[in-house]
Amino acid sequence: MPATDAQQQEIELARRLVAGEPGAFERFVELFRNKLFQYSLLVCGHHEDAEEVAQDALFKVFEKLDQLREPERIRPWVFRIARNACLMKRRKSVFAPERELSLEELMPQAGEDGGQWKLEIADWSSLPEDQALRAELQRVVREAIQALPEIYKTVLLLRDIEGLSTAETAEVLGVSEEVVKTRLHRARLAVRQKLDSYLRSSRGNSSRGKAN
Amino acid sequence: MPAGPHRPSEECRRIFALLSEYLDAELPLETCDEIEAHLSDCPPCVEFLESLRRTVELCRSFEPGEMPGPLSEEVRAELRQLYEKALRGRPSAGAP
Repeated sequence: MPATDAQQQEIELARRLVAGEPGAFERFVELFRNKLFQYSLLVCGHHEDAEEVAQDALFKVFEKLDQLREPERIRPWVFRIARNACLMKRRKSVFAPERELSLEELMPQAGEDGGQWKLEIADWSSLPEDQALRAELQRVVREAIQALPEIYKTVLLLRDIEGLSTAETAEVLGVSEEVVKTRLHRARLAVRQKLDSYLRSSRGNSSRGKAN
Repeated sequence: MPAGPHRPSEECRRIFALLSEYLDAELPLETCDEIEAHLSDCPPCVEFLESLRRTVELCRSFEPGEMPGPLSEEVRAELRQLYEKALRGRPSAGAP
């Protein structure tokens, strides 16, 4: 997966930071504190906890900065620290046990239309043209991500929101690439299911037999 | 359409499990060909794939709803101290 412009800028910023260039510290703190906060907020779920975890993680980043040998790996390196900070916070709290998502529960129902089977899903074809709906969908996406069990949420956050590769995500989470792929697929399917449910209830466009 | 009139086929179920890797171009070419052959004859799977693709787009354009509060000057100063210490500890630091 090629790095996006934003990712390249972050890598360049990390190079400038470790080279001690003027202004790099301020820019890095501003950018990565925000990233650490967003990660912690989605994982921890509470603003105050996320502020605390993000700050702890930022201190760790600077405590360990002399160990960062490859600035181009800044993103997985920082997120590994964020993950550990979240785990430390989690150990101090009472969390519900993780729930596994099964493929079966994420498959749409099938029905019949004109003698052929079809899926009982919403009409997704008009989303790009409907800006107001897209804004509303962002809210639904946020709620759907927040509702994911943590093992799925962290993978989706790192892969789809932060744009880490499968290998980088596996490294951050200390799991195999196969596990990352499995969890990412189930996380996306769960978000899709919530979006589909929202589309069907809000637009009254439940099942139809459209084929793209 | 490969299945009977009322239900997805076993092939639909097999492909359902691979769709994210297909979208991410992380499958071997041979498997991609198998999926594309199935999709060419299975409109419900095409429709489902499209809904998943749009879900991924929405996740990738996800915008944070909350921002952290301002960083205190005290914390910023502590971070800067750690930063300067780390710079001194890096192998190339202070080299003539």
